[in-house]
Amino acid sequence: MKAKHQRLALVVLALVAIVAAGLIAAWTLRNQANYFYLPEQMASEPPAVGQAVRLGGMVQPGSIQTLADGVSVRFVVTGNTASTVPVRYSGILPDLFVEGSGVVAEGSLGPDGVFQASNLLAKHDENYVPRELEGLHGEDAAQQARETVAGLD
Amino acid sequence: MIAELGLAALWLSAALAVLQMVSGALGLRAGGGAAAAYAIHARPAAVVQAFLATLAFLLLLYAFAITDLSIKLVATNSHSAKPFIYKLTGTWGNHEGSMLLWVAVLAISGGLLAGLERRLPERTMSATLAVQGFVALGFYAFLLLSSNPFERLPVPAVEGSGLNPLLQDIGLAIHPPTLYIGYVGLSVAFSLAMGALLTRQVNPDFAKVLRPWVLGAWVFLTFGITAGSYWAYYELGWGGWWFWDPVENASLMPWLAATALLHSVSVLAARDALRTWTIMLGVLAFSMSMLGTFLVRSGVLTSVHAFAVDPERGTFILVLLGLYIGGALAIFAARASSISEGKRFTATSREGALVFNNVMLSAILAIVLLGTLYPLLTEAFDVRVSVGPPYFNPAGAIFAIPMFMVMAVGPLLRWKDDKPKRIQFELALLAAIAIGVIVLVAVLGDFDVLPVLGLALAAALGVAALLPLRGRKLARVPIATWGMVCAHFGVAVALFGMASESAFTSEKLAAVAPGQTEEVAGWTIRLESVDPVAGPNWTAVEARIAASRGDEEPVMLAPQSRNFWAPSQATSESALVTRWDGQLYAVIGDRAGVDAAGNERWQLRVWWKPFVTFIWYGGLLIALGGTISIAGRLQVDLRQRHAIRRRDEERADLEALNGRVSDNGPLPEPAE
Repeated sequence: MKAKHQRLALVVLALVAIVAAGLIAAWTLRNQANYFYLPEQMASEPPAVGQAVRLGGMVQPGSIQTLADGVSVRFVVTGNTASTVPVRYSGILPDLFVEGSGVVAEGSLGPDGVFQASNLLAKHDENYVPRELEGLHGEDAAQQARETVAGLD
Repeated sequence: MIAELGLAALWLSAALAVLQMVSGALGLRAGGGAAAAYAIHARPAAVVQAFLATLAFLLLLYAFAITDLSIKLVATNSHSAKPFIYKLTGTWGNHEGSMLLWVAVLAISGGLLAGLERRLPERTMSATLAVQGFVALGFYAFLLLSSNPFERLPVPAVEGSGLNPLLQDIGLAIHPPTLYIGYVGLSVAFSLAMGALLTRQVNPDFAKVLRPWVLGAWVFLTFGITAGSYWAYYELGWGGWWFWDPVENASLMPWLAATALLHSVSVLAARDALRTWTIMLGVLAFSMSMLGTFLVRSGVLTSVHAFAVDPERGTFILVLLGLYIGGALAIFAARASSISEGKRFTATSREGALVFNNVMLSAILAIVLLGTLYPLLTEAFDVRVSVGPPYFNPAGAIFAIPMFMVMAVGPLLRWKDDKPKRIQFELALLAAIAIGVIVLVAVLGDFDVLPVLGLALAAALGVAALLPLRGRKLARVPIATWGMVCAHFGVAVALFGMASESAFTSEKLAAVAPGQTEEVAGWTIRLESVDPVAGPNWTAVEARIAASRGDEEPVMLAPQSRNFWAPSQATSESALVTRWDGQLYAVIGDRAGVDAAGNERWQLRVWWKPFVTFIWYGGLLIALGGTISIAGRLQVDLRQRHAIRRRDEERADLEALNGRVSDNGPLPEPAE
């Protein structure tokens, strides 16, 4: 093999591998990326049962309900409109998971229409909001803001 | 005064970076004459700059140590009631401070390069220092113009607002500095590669100069990633050791590129092959460091690590990124064809195996890069996605599995050309081990494909790593070879830990009242009590748990659920029991109502993770292997310098004896 050919072979090998990586990435991303849903989107175009997605919204006040086993909770997530999605989660709740605050639930929609969450992402502290929840205010949040601001001016 | 001194030191460093850049560039241009006289300033400029940048960092450290609340950065990130060690580590637990650390490490590596490296031709050195000065200048500009760490408050704050509690941990003392040293050490590799490219000096001598820098940066990156992984594991309380979080990926990508570079440099040094490929990887590795810095520092991603949110800074780093990567690629495109082809080799040679794994590492890098950037891309089109393990694990494994197979065989092959038949015994042995493990695990139970393959490859790799020592006199094996054996064995150990953790972990989640017991994987867990406790800047509920395995004495565990008040935040403190064959990991959650008898229950989550510790032992072994290898290379280098000096002395003696005194001879350049 001539020197020129060897360099060419190396370049071709590298290109083939990188292109293959790109194609595999594109294909897997289409299948495996977790798509983000708001409650209203989940109500109008529900994802396939069992497909891994994320659901983001506000925890409806008064909806958190601890089940008898002590480690499972049910709650309802609301968005910018009146649509709601019930969620079930087993595990230790994230710190600062409270009613009326934002939450992102990772999991999939069950056949009964209840969202089975395998992981919950809540606000870490007063400065941190999950990226998906930025720009999401919800009816309750707007209401809360009015209440807290009232009386200040 | 502290802040003003620090700021002055930074401006002076920036000015010196300009001097270094201009002086280096003049040295490159001139064959001699007037301009060359200015070229001698590049080295001192780099060395003095290193001292000034370090001084600036130490001054900021001092400001944090005494909690000088007139400095904005201290006021927003520290608190007078914080434990002293976290006051210090808080210096780099924020955007400005960590960028100052970055720049200080950059200046130190530039200074070390300028002060210590004497093997390269002067012109190449000038070009290298010019590039290093150019890179440093960009980051000084970033620091001084958009993130001044020494900014004063008009009125000193009464009290600081505190440091994120997740960062109030010894992990913060170790993880970011080591990672930064690794990131920034790659800048020297980048500058050296550009210098060699500009002066057309891409040869084994250059590779020998480049190698310790790459190895050093790689060792720090490896150690930093390992430490960070363990930190996230015990601090976040989720029981996971790698989350494919964008910030973790930002540290993994330079590591992958540096790993490829490290092996390619070895080929260049030993065999004078892969010249342009090595230069390309040098550019790629530092590009990934800068990309990582951009991702973390710009706030473009939101994750547990991201503590900077400011689009102006993001744009600034993006411009720097474009300037450096674009410039480097342009020079590469212009010069690559002028670098002559190195020595040839066949596919079945050690070089062939190394090239294959270089390509596989690059492919894994592409997978990680695309997965990290994809959510940003889709967000531009208003589609929000998150990319996690279901993407990274299988897509990465497609390239990682062939890579591990070749990695097992590669070191057994000879340079240049070899016949697979020569090592057929070893091949058969490794294949038998891998297949044996797969069969054994398949009989034991029903596990996912990837962990099983991981276990099989780990076993084969572990044996393969030791095979290069077979049939050799151990006392005469070069130190650098021991380094390779150690690092490759570390890969096997880490892989075993990962596969074992994901295949065999048992988990128990339950609501438990004090006095009750739970069982997990042969452990008996008894919740003794749950009590409130208080620390210097937090309060917590602490569970007291007695964990015993079989009939042995119970071990007491005390996981906590902490509430910090400055800033107000809650964290879970996990409790661990470490055994040689794994770790028990316990976390306490919230109150969980009452049981039938009316006792208050608490959420308790316990994992038994067999051999999980091997992940980090493996990481440490890899870093140790790199360190051994550096030691070996340095020893050879020192021995050669010594030999050259002796040869020169002998020649001088001889000349003196012959009565021919050379009066105008410059000191001979060391040949190596």
